[in-house]
Amino acid sequence: MRLPNFNVQAEVAKQFSSKLSLTIFERMCKVRYFELGVIDAVNKKEITYPVYLCSGQEAVAAALSTEIRNYLIFAQHRAHDVYLTFGASPERLRDELLGLPTGTSQGRAGSNCLQYHENGISMFGHHGLIGENVPQGVGAALGSGKKTVCIFGDGAAEEDYVLAAIGFAVTYKLPVLFICIDNNLSILTPVEVRRSWSITKVVKAFGIPAIDVTDDPWTVLQHTRKLTQDLPAFINCYVCRNYWHVGIGIDDTPEWDRYQMVKEELIRLGHKETIQDIEEKIRNDMEKLWDRELLLKPLGK
Amino acid sequence: MGQRTVAETIREISRKHLEENNGILLGECISAVGWVNNTVPNCKGIVELPMTDVAGAGIAVGAAMVGRRPIFVIRFQDFLSLNGSPLINYAAKSKDLHGWSTPIFIRALASEGLGPVHSGVLHSVFMHFPGFRVVSPMTPREYDKVWQEFMKYDDPMIVSEHRESFQNSEEMADVVNDTADITLFAISSPRFAVEEAAKMLLKKGITCNIVHIFRLKPFDVQERYLEPLRRSKLGLVIDASFEICGASRSIAYELTHASGYPVKALGLLDRTKCLCPPYQNKAPDTRQIYDTVRNILK
Repeated sequence: MRLPNFNVQAEVAKQFSSKLSLTIFERMCKVRYFELGVIDAVNKKEITYPVYLCSGQEAVAAALSTEIRNYLIFAQHRAHDVYLTFGASPERLRDELLGLPTGTSQGRAGSNCLQYHENGISMFGHHGLIGENVPQGVGAALGSGKKTVCIFGDGAAEEDYVLAAIGFAVTYKLPVLFICIDNNLSILTPVEVRRSWSITKVVKAFGIPAIDVTDDPWTVLQHTRKLTQDLPAFINCYVCRNYWHVGIGIDDTPEWDRYQMVKEELIRLGHKETIQDIEEKIRNDMEKLWDRELLLKPLGK
Repeated sequence: MGQRTVAETIREISRKHLEENNGILLGECISAVGWVNNTVPNCKGIVELPMTDVAGAGIAVGAAMVGRRPIFVIRFQDFLSLNGSPLINYAAKSKDLHGWSTPIFIRALASEGLGPVHSGVLHSVFMHFPGFRVVSPMTPREYDKVWQEFMKYDDPMIVSEHRESFQNSEEMADVVNDTADITLFAISSPRFAVEEAAKMLLKKGITCNIVHIFRLKPFDVQERYLEPLRRSKLGLVIDASFEICGASRSIAYELTHASGYPVKALGLLDRTKCLCPPYQNKAPDTRQIYDTVRNILK
């Protein structure tokens, strides 16, 4: 059920160390403030290529990144959050969005095709056909025997090849964690208009653990820890997308603001000053990253 | 007389790759009905894919992304219309987009006379997209060469096979005459008809050069192609796929521009291949090649 507290246990955050909780928040901050820089750069026409923003959805990637660090990563087209929270270079991402040769794909691929293969991170680039990363991730797990995460959206969940690939992973008992980032929207068409069935129930019918949760990061982490003990497994995470499918536009106020909710929970747990410090530091870091003078130099402006 | 057939060559290359090179071979119904015309070895590394063409190709691409250099078997080229999207949108693009390749050896089998969805030859479609190597070997040695090429480079390779070649153990040498009237450039299954057509034409006083082509893309305009064309001053490219926007016209264009001599094209009509005569729209056979050359030289 699509609610901000769906499947969230009372006091779940207390099951995790303060250090871990603050790390999750720090990574959420990183995405949020990086993307504020993107929006500013788009408004100033410094970024003229399409951007696929993650703000509003970043809690899931932040939680996952603390638990499944050595997995092969097959993320979807909207993956700034995965890229940044798993520790890939913000500078290289900024340059990719600007179309610079110092970008993570030399500026050739852009926002929806992010890859990163440094510092122990194996993130394979998406090429824009939604759900294509799922069979590829399954094939990579088959070919390498390595643990793999496939992250895709609720629209991709409807692609026949996504369902077939999950079925294949079940047959071959491959070590794949499937994560559906369910923002309820394919462009602007809600799930209930597109289908009458639940992806979680379908995956469960394949015979593997599958669960619906909201994007409370402690809840995501709790289930990730449990389900990764016996892969393959599937988690459908309800999230809210703050911006348009592509671009920086906004239609409505999101149903909930997870970023604010996490902040409030951390304040309740006694971390008010620490999270202010974290936010301040990340804000400063990202302002430097998007500093106009530095930024415009390589563009020759 | 050669020793091995094309089918035996494919089987041995595959076996070596799977047993000695940590390779992997994926496809649907691999072990059924004669192991794909006895071209697949019964050994480790075989992955039977479920009947899910798009996902199956994506899984094969994923295995390529982690360095397994998979052999991906597509029993009928028509199925490429389903299997094609991960190959076209991912495997062929990764090098230009990200700087790393997705080396996958795509064995796509063609046939003749099996109706509208089992008789297609689709190599022309894949020549259109950047990133692929496209080949159509019809002899054992040619198959060895394309495999070596696949292992040497890191591009995805479309191997347009033809069942008519599987029992062939002969190599096919070019035929070049000093006083030829036309040079016939043959691709895929028409290569097995072109020699007989040339004999029939000779009886009518028409001398033909014959040049065999199995590397379709990248198409390197070699001296081996140009020298016979300079002698005949006229050429005809013959292929088993559709002529319109197809390999025959594309290569004819390349040869015309490189040589300055007119090179015509002969492929399939712009019409769906159907089950029964006269609607089969088959690859150019001896008679068709003969008639086409006579019309050109009228």
